[in-house]
Amino acid sequence: MSARFVFKAMIGFYIALFFLYLFGPLMVMAVTAFNTPNYPQAYPFEAFTLDWFVKLWNHRSMMAGLRNSVIIGIGVVLLSVPVGLAAAIIMGQISSRARGLYYLVTVSPVLTPGVIIGISTVIFWKDALSLTDVTRATFYNGTMLSIFGQSSFISAYCLLIIMARLQRFDRTQEEAALDLGASYPQVFWHILLPFLRPALISASVIAFLSSFENYNTTTFAILADKTLVTVLAGEVRQGTTPALSALAVVIISISIFGAVLYEVLKRREENKTTRTMRNAKEAERNETYA
Amino acid sequence: MSSRLFVILIPLIVIAIFAILSWRDTRNNPDPTRKGFFDRNGTVLGLVFIALVGFWMLFLVVLPYLYMVVESFHPKLSPSKRGGPDDVLTLMQYKSFFIEPLSGDMNTIHMWAFGYTIVISLIVTALNFAICYPLAYYMAQTGTARKVRLLMLALIIPYWVNEILRAFSLRLLLASKGLINQMLMGVGLTDAPIDFLGNNVGLFVGLSYAYLLIMVFPLYNAIESLDRNQIEAAHDLGAPWWKIHRDVVIPYAKPGIASGCTMVFMLSAGSLAAPQFLGGPNTLWFTSVVYDFFFQSFNWPRGAAYAFVLLSACIAFVMIVLRLFKVSLGETIK
Amino acid sequence: MSASVELDHVTVKFGQFTAVKDAALEIRGGEFFSFLGPSGCGKTTILRTVSGFLEPTDGAVRIAGQDMAGIGPNKRPTALIFQNLALFPLMSVADNITYGLRVRGMSSGERARKADELLELIALPGQGKKLVSELSGGQKQRVAIARALAVQPKVLLLDEPLSALDLKLRQHMRAELRAIQQQVGITFIYITHDQGEALTMSDRIAVMSDGVIQQIGDGRSVYDAPDTAFVASFVGENNAFAGQITHADADSAVVQTDFGPLRGRNPKALKPGDRAVLFIRPEDLIPVTGAADSTLSSYVTNVSFEGNMTHVYLNGQGAREISMSIGRQGGTDVPQKGTVTPLSYHASNAIVLPEGTMARE
Repeated sequence: MSARFVFKAMIGFYIALFFLYLFGPLMVMAVTAFNTPNYPQAYPFEAFTLDWFVKLWNHRSMMAGLRNSVIIGIGVVLLSVPVGLAAAIIMGQISSRARGLYYLVTVSPVLTPGVIIGISTVIFWKDALSLTDVTRATFYNGTMLSIFGQSSFISAYCLLIIMARLQRFDRTQEEAALDLGASYPQVFWHILLPFLRPALISASVIAFLSSFENYNTTTFAILADKTLVTVLAGEVRQGTTPALSALAVVIISISIFGAVLYEVLKRREENKTTRTMRNAKEAERNETYA
Repeated sequence: MSSRLFVILIPLIVIAIFAILSWRDTRNNPDPTRKGFFDRNGTVLGLVFIALVGFWMLFLVVLPYLYMVVESFHPKLSPSKRGGPDDVLTLMQYKSFFIEPLSGDMNTIHMWAFGYTIVISLIVTALNFAICYPLAYYMAQTGTARKVRLLMLALIIPYWVNEILRAFSLRLLLASKGLINQMLMGVGLTDAPIDFLGNNVGLFVGLSYAYLLIMVFPLYNAIESLDRNQIEAAHDLGAPWWKIHRDVVIPYAKPGIASGCTMVFMLSAGSLAAPQFLGGPNTLWFTSVVYDFFFQSFNWPRGAAYAFVLLSACIAFVMIVLRLFKVSLGETIK
Repeated sequence: MSASVELDHVTVKFGQFTAVKDAALEIRGGEFFSFLGPSGCGKTTILRTVSGFLEPTDGAVRIAGQDMAGIGPNKRPTALIFQNLALFPLMSVADNITYGLRVRGMSSGERARKADELLELIALPGQGKKLVSELSGGQKQRVAIARALAVQPKVLLLDEPLSALDLKLRQHMRAELRAIQQQVGITFIYITHDQGEALTMSDRIAVMSDGVIQQIGDGRSVYDAPDTAFVASFVGENNAFAGQITHADADSAVVQTDFGPLRGRNPKALKPGDRAVLFIRPEDLIPVTGAADSTLSSYVTNVSFEGNMTHVYLNGQGAREISMSIGRQGGTDVPQKGTVTPLSYHASNAIVLPEGTMARE
């Protein structure tokens, strides 16, 4: 046995261990979702059942929480992505001396514990919205505060994602459009926004998922309302039921489906790129000097 | 309310000062390549951009933070007394962190919880670095492109499942009736189930498990851009593998390491789910203390003061890491 | 329709750095005008000032007599072809070409018709639906030209547009650009560091160095009658012999060089005692058979045969080599490497200029 083989075997073993750590708990949980006992158990596997999925479907507060989570998620996307876009554009145009401070302030929410963001959001908005009875009645609620609290740091995520792409923007594109007579707003809508589209899409996806999964900030900001995650937290605190495992199975299935879809789309995109490159090569070969 | 109103003025004053400074700067150093912000975006779009960022920065970030800090310097009062004569500035909430206001004894419980949270978070950070570094290195330097993409996907999928459910899955595994105890007893290693949750093994595992990905990605990104020739050169010079890592890879990946470590520390010190669902009954995590001030004793000022203590600890940690690794904040957050 | 472009003592500064210093010239309507100079000489700055991306620190830019101060690039009657072409990668070829018409509010039907017309002009009929990334280098070049011409500019500005192409295509495109210019009849302002491009295409050339316009003239006068040592050394190959003037009259001057006294034309009316440089083109040096006819002689360090001519390199002054090119028609013998060869030239082909900055090799 050569040293190289031993080394490779060790790496393989390590990676296997790593992913066992990562997936093991989830797989065990998945098994419990299909097992009959009331206490979620994987072994012994008594009998196959789908009852827990039915229970999950009939779990009213969880479904209400899910609805709130979706509403908050959409709200966060609608607020954070434009904010992140605007912040990224300002980042690109601000004078280099001010940029350091601007950067520090804009990304600070990423480095702040979510609990603190939740607390500060509640404390501030409780007083700010209590200034008039109308604002208090209309806006002082868990959904609104959760959108505000989550957007505080999710906007920073969006900023970072959009900024990464913006840095690769070729400034001559902007100049070319201007030179052809476009106004600055037209450059923004016709040239910059289409260029940023992939980043805007991933920012939206990340924003929605971060919002959907958030616990630390939401548990404070949601006040008396509920999101799927806070309902879950309550359930887990009270005890354990295989219905929770069933929920995890649903989420994992959806995400695997999403991952596969993403992979397929990516493959298609790559095929398209290779095709255009082939066409370009073809055109290069056929170049006539006539 | 005056101290609270004052808070609202602070950022406005800071913004005004910066506006004046930048105006003077452009007047003194005219630059033909620079266009004014509104020239470059059009008035309407420019205003929209500034309004969006202004709303975010002022109302979602700066003002809430400042407001929380101010709240922490106030006594706990019923809503009717807020703004009245009793609503004075006070250090009592911070003092209560050290000395229990009712009994006058040392507040060992909360200080212990704070110290425990910080120490455990440090351990979890170190542990995750040790677990993730080999994988990140493998993915960045030796794995083939296809394998790496597959590994990436495999890394990300568990993170679609939220924190609570992941904690739940670990609880199923580690509970006294859980699979691990069933196995241990099945092979006869132990007669009675081991209380993994009670002795905080569950908490450690939960924290580490929750933030694996947060560590892998910054490390991977940093190591990936390292030129492979450098490693091979060091190899050719006869350096043993651990020296290559110590002298070549780790110094190069410093920004990524700093980034991963600060994020993992910050997240685990501020973690709420893992201690709530995996901690033993006697474990007092600092965020749980804060949580209880809000939801059980309804003492918001004291909760705010404790939150501020936690925030200060996190900022201090970030500063120390940056100083230690000699990297700038900009390199860290990518 | 074409328009004149006037630079009225234009100076452009970036902070403390002066990129263009007191540029004054007038480009006539319909002219093909080139700015020629090494990178960093300020030629791109001039182009960006004319197109409106930069405002002059001092002086004024006038297009068709109208002062352009405060008029942005999107309001000027100019169109710019960028060095990297700056085609819009997310738009189809047709959308690229008609983008300028779209922002002017032309209806999509009208635009489609116009796109077909322009595609016809650049010999890419029916290719409007393609993506830019599917085109070859030369095709992209033509699309960029069509995009600029679509807005019917009075002045077309070209920023080294051929530099990304391979040699053969580049030479072909020179002819094509010149043909397009003559066809549309508008003013072309062309930026290049390639003297071949400037000489073959331009009506007139402005040679620039360090932000200063050194000379303005047609190709022949820039090549044959350079005004400064920089122009002489930058435009075309040239051998420089530095020294002090010993004799001078209205027509000619004699410079005392390391190779002895050499005579040349004296257009700048230099006087004895002035420091000067005498320039002789490689093709103007003639190998002679007898030492009696020789004006100077040197050791041959290398001989390279290039088909239509042979280059001979000889030991020169300081670090510079003397180069000589011998065509095939003269029937002259090519000197052998390692020999000492006597050389001669006609004094009317040599030029004596005041010492000054030379172009870097």
